Amino acid sequence: MLTIQYADYEALRAHGEETYPNECCGVLLGKSEAGVTNRVHQIVRAGNTRTDSAHNRYNIAPQELVKIQRQARNLGLDIVGFYHSHPDHPAQWSPTDFAEAHWIGCSYVITAVEKGKAAITNSFLLLGTTEDDKKFHDEAIEIEINKTIEVAIAEAASTQKGQE
Amino acid sequence: MNIHIPTPLRAYTDGKETVAIPGATISAVFTLLTTTYPELRQHLFTPEGKLRSFVNVYLNDDDIRYLPAKEDSPVSDTDELTIIPSIAGGSAQARCC
Repeated sequence: MLTIQYADYEALRAHGEETYPNECCGVLLGKSEAGVTNRVHQIVRAGNTRTDSAHNRYNIAPQELVKIQRQARNLGLDIVGFYHSHPDHPAQWSPTDFAEAHWIGCSYVITAVEKGKAAITNSFLLLGTTEDDKKFHDEAIEIEINKTIEVAIAEAASTQKGQE
Repeated sequence: MNIHIPTPLRAYTDGKETVAIPGATISAVFTLLTTTYPELRQHLFTPEGKLRSFVNVYLNDDDIRYLPAKEDSPVSDTDELTIIPSIAGGSAQARCC
């Protein structure tokens, strides 16, 4: 399971809308808990270096990854996953996504962006032990809503009820 | 020198994010690293002993593939080596055939 704060979840989806019609990409920092849950504490936007085919390919420069890994280490966090968008394409991993996936145990989050608007977001956990037996598994996303947002939702619901 | 291990490979370094390995060159450090943690070898190198294409190694802020002496570059105890697998993909079909 991938656990992520609502604000981070919305931020990665918004990133896909901002870069449309090109793919966005970024890194999920957090902690892996008992090998079953990747808990995201922070998302980091990254640049897509595939300017030759940015509408259907992405690549994060290794130099940028080194910096992000250093940032994670300084925060006491790990890289637990990555995200990218599929402009006008389903939120399913592609053969390219699979061929280029090497971070076993990490979550790969994909958001379909349809005509500029973020649609479905899915997560896939890369499992296996080597390049030969790796596989993507569908992974549930648990979105955590903090107290501030809970109160806002409750107030909005209360206001709406009062108007009825 | 300190070597920073990416999340997926920590299963082969007893869960350690950073391991300290002495050596005079990158190659010597790699040899001792994979002797200390033998399961790392197949994840870093091909059966022919070449660094796998998707594995990037940085000496401080420099990609070792672009260093003049590459893996034979000298290192000191204060240098840092970072192993970082590549991240790429996209909705396009994989190039084939």
